[in-house]
Amino acid sequence: MYFGLSEEQVFFQDNVKKFLEDQASLDVIRKIASGDSDELQKEIHQGLINLGLNALLIPEEYGGLGLDLLFAAAVSEGLGSGIAPISYIGSYIMAPIAIMHGGSNEQKENYLNKISSNKIKFGVGLSEYIAARDDSGLEVSKNKVNGKALFVIDGENATHFILSTKSGGMFIVESNDPGIELIKLTSIDKTRSYYEIILQDAKIDLLEKTTSSHEAINKTVDAGRIMLAADTVGASQVMINKSVEYAKERKQFGRVIGSFQAVKHMCAEMAAELEPCYSIVWHAAHCFDSTTEEARLMACQSKSHVSEVGKMVSKKATEVHGGMGFTDLLGLHYWFKRIGMNRQLLGSPELVRDEAGKIQGF
Amino acid sequence: MDLDYGTKYEKYTKDVQSFCKKYKGVQFSDTPKVPLASNNKSGGHTVTRSEWQKILIENGYFARSVPKEYGGYGGDSDIIKSRIIATEFSNARIPGPMAGQGIDMLVPTLLELGTEEQKSMYIKPTLHGEMIWCQGYSEPNAGSDLASLQTKGELIDGNWVINGQKIWTSTAQYSQMMFCLVRTEPEASKHAGISYLLIPMDTPGIEIRPLVDMTLHAGFNEVFFTDVTIPEANIVGKRGEGWAVANATLGHERGSLANPNATMNRLNQLINRMKKETIDGKKLIEIPVYRDRLLKIQGKVIAFQSHSLRVLSSKLNPGQDVKIAKMIQKLVGTELRHELEGLGIDIMGELGTLYEDSPYLRDGGSWQFTYMYFLGLIIGGGTSQIQKNIISERGLGLPREPKVQGV
Repeated sequence: MYFGLSEEQVFFQDNVKKFLEDQASLDVIRKIASGDSDELQKEIHQGLINLGLNALLIPEEYGGLGLDLLFAAAVSEGLGSGIAPISYIGSYIMAPIAIMHGGSNEQKENYLNKISSNKIKFGVGLSEYIAARDDSGLEVSKNKVNGKALFVIDGENATHFILSTKSGGMFIVESNDPGIELIKLTSIDKTRSYYEIILQDAKIDLLEKTTSSHEAINKTVDAGRIMLAADTVGASQVMINKSVEYAKERKQFGRVIGSFQAVKHMCAEMAAELEPCYSIVWHAAHCFDSTTEEARLMACQSKSHVSEVGKMVSKKATEVHGGMGFTDLLGLHYWFKRIGMNRQLLGSPELVRDEAGKIQGF
Repeated sequence: MDLDYGTKYEKYTKDVQSFCKKYKGVQFSDTPKVPLASNNKSGGHTVTRSEWQKILIENGYFARSVPKEYGGYGGDSDIIKSRIIATEFSNARIPGPMAGQGIDMLVPTLLELGTEEQKSMYIKPTLHGEMIWCQGYSEPNAGSDLASLQTKGELIDGNWVINGQKIWTSTAQYSQMMFCLVRTEPEASKHAGISYLLIPMDTPGIEIRPLVDMTLHAGFNEVFFTDVTIPEANIVGKRGEGWAVANATLGHERGSLANPNATMNRLNQLINRMKKETIDGKKLIEIPVYRDRLLKIQGKVIAFQSHSLRVLSSKLNPGQDVKIAKMIQKLVGTELRHELEGLGIDIMGELGTLYEDSPYLRDGGSWQFTYMYFLGLIIGGGTSQIQKNIISERGLGLPREPKVQGV
């Protein structure tokens, strides 16, 4: 019996973290966030592709590494801690899972090989399946799609998109289709990009197994939620570490502020709440991998629970830094916003909990 | 990640299951020696509590690793087997062994630090539930700052003569013995002046005054000592080593205060209640405000249970880093259970305030009782605030409280 990340998983995660420390310093993140450094972003992306991020989950027969979702969660934790300014959860986790579970053999052959060899890259937009806001929503008829999708993730330099109807049918659209229009949304999270996609008679390649069953889209959403939770765990841990460091250095009233119980207790509360989050995320990923009965419940509860803890940590960590925490100088807000974004993506906590209730027949 | 216990435990699990089947519905014929101890009222076998304890020991389901000569099973210490036993017993609703501070804290201490004579004299009757112990640690002026305790022990003519007062002493009125921290070296520094003594509760000079707590039960007592005289040999460890002896067992207590499986069982009980109870004909579990609170707590309970697997794993796989993971269990576990019990009250509204023997009472008033009881556990065994000091100082490396001069 062993509960936790394996040596290989920790080793890989450390490599991801180290790469980001070297290549994606806060100065680099700032440049990318300000929007005038596509080259830097591409270099970081390429560096992580070189580590194999695009091929993690893809089975070996399609040129991938054939690793499991727990491995991917370990990576996501690493990316969250370094607030990696790259595509991951949509392009390299959700898209392969959607195709593996929803695609025909021909579709798998076609797309998975190209993802693992980095010839194509997917953006993913399933928000309307979870909760359609405003007048968003896509209608499919024959081989065409019309309508709009909001909060498409990992759309940066995407060659293809996986989108869904409100009822859960998933299909692929190419980004060079004449009927597609991409509008970049401006969100708080400048480390990753979010798009609105408007489609007029765009041509689709329907993922065959998704018309009659929700299995593929639910698996895709579950995986995405576990990845978001893992990203939040990584980002939250960094916020705690930064708070503890700051509290050991900053002096007021002739003492380091970390010697005041008011400050110490905030740090302890953050650590105490975050520790079980590692456990629930790893456990959820493991249940996903071994397709146990409670896999869907675990995915929902890891996402909603970790989102709540992440919110608390990002608030308290900012407070421990006092006025400096509120400034742009320290850059702490990049982690705050990353956590804030993860909380809303693929279902805010209340929606995900309601879904957890339905899964249990409540 | 590997949550399988492995094939070597498959047969063991089946053995435990068939034991549970045999004793399904086992019932106690005697009243508990300590009120509020576990009670089981369904039909089936009838045994006394002490007999049940012996059956469990004979089968290796209790006191597994305690040597046979001290009344234990004499097996190897095996965390997985303990876990299988706990899980199967819980699933089959078979009562577990008696617990209590003698079993949970004194026995491990004696096994580690007691003399041969102490081991043979005390361990067996304690395990068999024939000797109940209470813990004499806290004093009116020594709570969170336990090491400042002042109850005095003097060695006079080969006997310890004890004077002073203890408080928060659970089960003192039912106990035959007390393990007690006493200041025996007044000249030594705070922590180095304490000894760990074993006191028979029928010794003249001991007065017990029950302390009724907010649940309206006398869960605690005050214990007063006036020239209480016990033999010199009733000491565990050497003079002045009592702090170290006590710390060998405080860890046992903290770990046992918040059992994640018990919390999960309680959550499931709450879910069942919410499926049954209605407001204006609508089931509580379908009312969004209650439903969301339930699911929010479920997330925490699941996380805490997953967390306990991680801590369990670290005992089997040395080298796993669980330093902070272990420190948080008392804080998180007791606060979570309190919150869960509070929801059990809130979903019932006014009905949730009913208590004792009132009409309309649900689940024997247990939601209110446990809500209050767990507030006691949040405070006892190192308050939540003390836990946060421990986590921040020993876990995160933040500075200790500065010493105040001249107080």
